[in-house]
Amino acid sequence: MDYQLSEEQQILVDNVRRFVKEEIIPLEENLDPDAGEINPEDKQRLISITKQMGLYGLGIPAEFGGPEINVTTQTLIAFEMVQHRAGLYNPSFGAFGGAGLAQLFEATEHQKEKYLFPVLRGEKTSFFGLTEPSGGSDPGRAIQTRGVQDGDDWVLNGSKIFISGADQADFGILFARTSEDKGRNGITCFLIDSDMPGFNVRRVVHTLRSTKYATEIQIEDLRVPKENVLGEVNKGFAIASDRLARQRIPYAAGCIGVAIKAQEMAIEYSKIRETFGGVLASRQAIQWMIVDNEIDIRTSRHICLEAAQKADRGEDFRTEAAMAKLLGSEAGGRVVDRAMQIHGGYGMTKDLPLERWYREMRIRRIGEGPSEVQRLVMARNIIGGSFH
Amino acid sequence: MSIRLDKPFQVLSEENIKPIQGHLGVYQLAEPNGYVIYIGYAGGRSLFGLNSELKKELLQREGKETLFRYEVNMQYISRYEELVMLHQVDYGELPERVQKEHPHKVGRLTPLG
Repeated sequence: MDYQLSEEQQILVDNVRRFVKEEIIPLEENLDPDAGEINPEDKQRLISITKQMGLYGLGIPAEFGGPEINVTTQTLIAFEMVQHRAGLYNPSFGAFGGAGLAQLFEATEHQKEKYLFPVLRGEKTSFFGLTEPSGGSDPGRAIQTRGVQDGDDWVLNGSKIFISGADQADFGILFARTSEDKGRNGITCFLIDSDMPGFNVRRVVHTLRSTKYATEIQIEDLRVPKENVLGEVNKGFAIASDRLARQRIPYAAGCIGVAIKAQEMAIEYSKIRETFGGVLASRQAIQWMIVDNEIDIRTSRHICLEAAQKADRGEDFRTEAAMAKLLGSEAGGRVVDRAMQIHGGYGMTKDLPLERWYREMRIRRIGEGPSEVQRLVMARNIIGGSFH
Repeated sequence: MSIRLDKPFQVLSEENIKPIQGHLGVYQLAEPNGYVIYIGYAGGRSLFGLNSELKKELLQREGKETLFRYEVNMQYISRYEELVMLHQVDYGELPERVQKEHPHKVGRLTPLG
């Protein structure tokens, strides 16, 4: 496959690279090394710049006022916009807009008015509530949150864990079992307002990353009107599954972008740091680390772009997206680890972003489906069928 | 496990700060009656972690009797956010200085207990 960038793509990539260098990195210099947020005034200023660039809400369809940039170009941009300290979990501090809640593009008109359009205008934020204490790798079967119909409402009970942003969100997409013994075919997707009685954020779940922390939520007799069912009753898992598959490409791209930056830092440092009368770059041990980094970056980038191109062509991209997610997250971890090794003691400090990326990159092998589940997805698609 | 910072308060004094090392973590300042007036953290840019942050507080609070307690915690940002949210739950508002310093929307928490 030929991944020569078109002239337009090259201009966009160059513009995003310049934006990160001139607007994002200087802001970070005044923040705590673990900070995940900037002040609202700075954020609005950054958004006004990305809007002028025509790059706000990258994947939002034109009919909803977005630039409708294809998945391949979004991926190329994603490689760039994460290349700063907070970039892995808060790319460019949200200046390019969020994921756009693609699930809501197929919502009813009422749902679009109430949820989608305010999100697109930047007035509301949301969370995605899928994983439960009973398991996240096989949500179709593990979901124990129950939804029971009562007149025109559904009454929900259960709990969710590792949910980012639930404490601040205005609403969320929440999955509940609405039919027993039907496995994946008994899951329904609900839109819930976070001010509805019965919605509780019980605690912050502290993990390796401080920014964009996760939360545990508990749902107690939460009444949801039937018009808040997203899609069809008992067909919610398809929504979750589609979202998970689509999310794997930008998720991988984030890991790869950070790996590219770590490699750039490692090369630069290896050329100036002297040991035993010569620069590190002259040592075979270091050269091999840099070469291994390059192999990891190029292979994962290649598969990531292949997945994006298949998605753009409307082909089944699930195998490639799973492969990209697995390769990107694992390769990203190895690259950052080697970059830390090359930097020696400084690599362990908060003076450099490497230690933060190292912690956050570890989560990427679990988040959005662990490597083992990605292999399962690929095996199903390659061999065919589902095995128990 | 309690999610509140419930260690006993100590008087904010040079003597009490001295044994505290340069670890990262979170801390609270309170009035003599235990009312929390500030929540802060010693992050990656603190010169000597909790020790230097508390020394700065001592200088700022000179002449005003103040209590403090702290927790060594590498996840100081998420722990800080959690303490801010808990304060909002417990007191219905944030300490004035936290309000000024806190850059973004404070999350909603409904803790058990």
